[in-house]
Amino acid sequence: MTDAVIDQPVTAKPEIETPSILFWRKFRKHKGGVAGLVVFALIVLIVYVGPFIHTIDPNKIDIRAKNQGPSWKHPFGTDNLGHDMLAQVMAGGQISLAVGLTAMLLALLLGTLVGVLSGYFRKLDGPLMRLTDLFLALPLLPLLLVIIMLFRDTLRAAFGPETGIFILIVFVIGVTSWMHTARIVRGDVLAVKSQEFIVAAKSSGMREHRIVLRHILPNVLSSIMVSATLGIAAAIITESALSFLGLGFPSDFPTWGRLLFDGANFLQLTPSRVFWPGLAISLTVLSVNYIGDAVRDALDPRTQAR
Amino acid sequence: MGMRAADEARAEAISAKIILIFKGKTMKRTKILLAGTVAALAFANVAHAQRGTDGDLKILFWQAVSTLNPYLSGGTKEIYSASLTIEPLARYDETGKLTPWLVTEIPTVDNGGVAKDMKSITWKLKPGVKWSDGSAFTAEDVVFTWQYCTAPDGGCAQKAQFEGITNVEAVDPLTVKVSFAEPKYYPYGAFVGAQQPIIQKAQFKDCVGAKAPGCTSANFGPIGTGPFVVKEFKPNDVITFTANANYRDAAKPAFASVTLKGGGDAASAARAVLETGEYDYAWNMQVEPEVLATMLKAGKGTLVTAFGTQVERINLNWTNPDPKLGDKRSTVEGGKHPALSDPAVRKALSIAIDRDIIDEAGYGEAGKPTCNIVPAPDAYVSTANDWCLKQDIEGANKLLDQAGWKKGADGIRAKDGVKLSFLYQTSTNSVRQGTQALVKDWWQQIGVASELRNVSASVFFGGDPASPDTFQKFYADVEMYTNNFDGTDPEKYLAEWLCNKIPSPANGWQGQNIPRYCNPEYDKIIAELSKTADLGKRAELAKKANDMLTAEGAHIPLIHRGQISSHSVKLSGVKMNAWDSELWNAADWSRKK
Repeated sequence: MTDAVIDQPVTAKPEIETPSILFWRKFRKHKGGVAGLVVFALIVLIVYVGPFIHTIDPNKIDIRAKNQGPSWKHPFGTDNLGHDMLAQVMAGGQISLAVGLTAMLLALLLGTLVGVLSGYFRKLDGPLMRLTDLFLALPLLPLLLVIIMLFRDTLRAAFGPETGIFILIVFVIGVTSWMHTARIVRGDVLAVKSQEFIVAAKSSGMREHRIVLRHILPNVLSSIMVSATLGIAAAIITESALSFLGLGFPSDFPTWGRLLFDGANFLQLTPSRVFWPGLAISLTVLSVNYIGDAVRDALDPRTQAR
Repeated sequence: MGMRAADEARAEAISAKIILIFKGKTMKRTKILLAGTVAALAFANVAHAQRGTDGDLKILFWQAVSTLNPYLSGGTKEIYSASLTIEPLARYDETGKLTPWLVTEIPTVDNGGVAKDMKSITWKLKPGVKWSDGSAFTAEDVVFTWQYCTAPDGGCAQKAQFEGITNVEAVDPLTVKVSFAEPKYYPYGAFVGAQQPIIQKAQFKDCVGAKAPGCTSANFGPIGTGPFVVKEFKPNDVITFTANANYRDAAKPAFASVTLKGGGDAASAARAVLETGEYDYAWNMQVEPEVLATMLKAGKGTLVTAFGTQVERINLNWTNPDPKLGDKRSTVEGGKHPALSDPAVRKALSIAIDRDIIDEAGYGEAGKPTCNIVPAPDAYVSTANDWCLKQDIEGANKLLDQAGWKKGADGIRAKDGVKLSFLYQTSTNSVRQGTQALVKDWWQQIGVASELRNVSASVFFGGDPASPDTFQKFYADVEMYTNNFDGTDPEKYLAEWLCNKIPSPANGWQGQNIPRYCNPEYDKIIAELSKTADLGKRAELAKKANDMLTAEGAHIPLIHRGQISSHSVKLSGVKMNAWDSELWNAADWSRKK
């Protein structure tokens, strides 16, 4: 990281601060981003630490205490089988966040790779973009059905039912949602590629992969970040759609999407069943969006002069 | 709205004309009906009603209808919607009693309709019945219906109902004689009930055999004798019907038209009738009871339940579903199930379940705990297995201990390296997933682990031989769904557990013996049942067969399910029927003023 500072050609005047401090200073200026970070950290904290404080097993059935409203024992109430909703929301959050983040990272990686390659290398542009078109044109559900049919039992045997289905779902969501990122990144790369500083870098004999990493990527990071934040939301929602079709996690694995879906019929009876998972999804998506916004602002080389 | 008003006006004009023509006849019929007791009451209510005066009847089927030819689809939704148009010779009424529909009486040995040797049955058609296009309904149409369904390469969904029939002949235009190869002790299979309505020869004569699915206009708009005529059919969406101008009762139906809308889900269908009142009738309310209770508070509609023969059960796989077996998976060749082949395990799984709680959580009024696979009619209901109604976790634990299944460090029982850990699959439906969660919890308490899986209903029940997730393939240890039998005689249904009905790749997974149960003793009982005519003796044998299945653990019966539908409080005449189409008496429905 130290030579990164020395190499940083866009940095106009030498700074005393390390890049990470600089980044943080800029990030802090974005109020929404800070608020988003706090909320997101809080959600992660509650979801992962909460179960140690509120120790009811999310899958514990207490049929006598079904459809209850909020109480000290069950702060979020209970569902129609007597599951504790707070425990379910926390357990669901662990899965939803893990699926959302991992699938988003996978989609981002694939999307950025394809986007940069096709934007930067003219020869690859045609084939890669046709590949993207191909994936966009694929009917998603039949594809998912086939993938799950082919690999479910193999993965289940290799990793057990939970990890197996986790890998499968993350893979399936990641592999089917990178196309938009790829297109956006390609467009941005094409625009950045023709600018003078790239030409300058090229004429100075810089290796291509360094040009891509040092000059192209930081400049297209903003659109990648936006894709990423949208991707988390999309992944959480796709996962719940899969669970609904019976292709996702087994029904005794609560996820936010599934809790929301199951609770929809009970909206009038126990509104908290829909309210909390819904709020959790909205807050997560919103806070990640704001964080993304702030990170983009902080990383965008064009805003450095300000 | 404008369009509907125009339709109504037209229908009224038509019905006025019809009433003039048939006035004399109606008077006569009124007298006959008044002589009857129950019928007189029913008629008195609508005696002043005229055909088509009550506007549009709006029906909601949350599973959309894909064809109106029940011979090409075994789906309940297709059979029910078609029953508005095409009718069988006789129907089961709401009590399960055979009722003449297009015939003058139910043939019996006493009235000479059934031959003494039980090898033929003769139906006498009602005179004067007309198809909706105005042509006469004759015995030729009945004969043709048989030919249509039994034609080679036809793929008729109701073929089983015509099994054992050697000939159907038109003795005269109003007499049909059905002959059987063997003495048939329950001869009311063919042409009885909503599954086998009579179709018009003139319309379908070029649609026999392999050509059947291609006849779109006929399949989407069959000409019938029923109270309504198909006006427009949009597959998987909406069907519109208008009142049949040639219907045999000039005063019926009270509604000028029917709009049958498909799609959505059970909860929103319930809401449309019970809470918002947008629809008059909605079929199949498989929704949690407390949700329905909330909707009922709006006071716009009511629920109607009828108990037929549906039983929600958990099938236990007697064969080994291990993926390592490849093609031999879940087949007899693949060998016995390593754990479920132990009778103690099968019994323990059953008594660990508290059926009352399942009923309360998922079914409410629409369910009763049961230990029988034949839950009705009353004459066939056994009480021999009622031990399973009471949950007994301790007893189940003891049973497993005695059988040598010891709890390991993880709390899961095992014996000789075989763990009591089961893959438990069912279709996707919130009530079923709730039941899964409950059962998993109880099984956990007796040291049995279960992995839950739910498969989309269209795949699970789809019967696609290429899919690994169908209930027939049963690539799981246990699976849960509902099944029932048509009509009131369980012989055919009990024959499903015969050794030769086990699904396998050889028969395209088409056998109905889903648990892969096989017991020569059972086969003997069924063989005897098929040769017994005396009703008391039949009931005894049926009970014996039913008891054997539960006692040996071919399956774990859970809930005797009622059919539950909802209708608007303004709709009168609905007689919920679990033995036939729910819309069986739609001709008698009317709107309360």
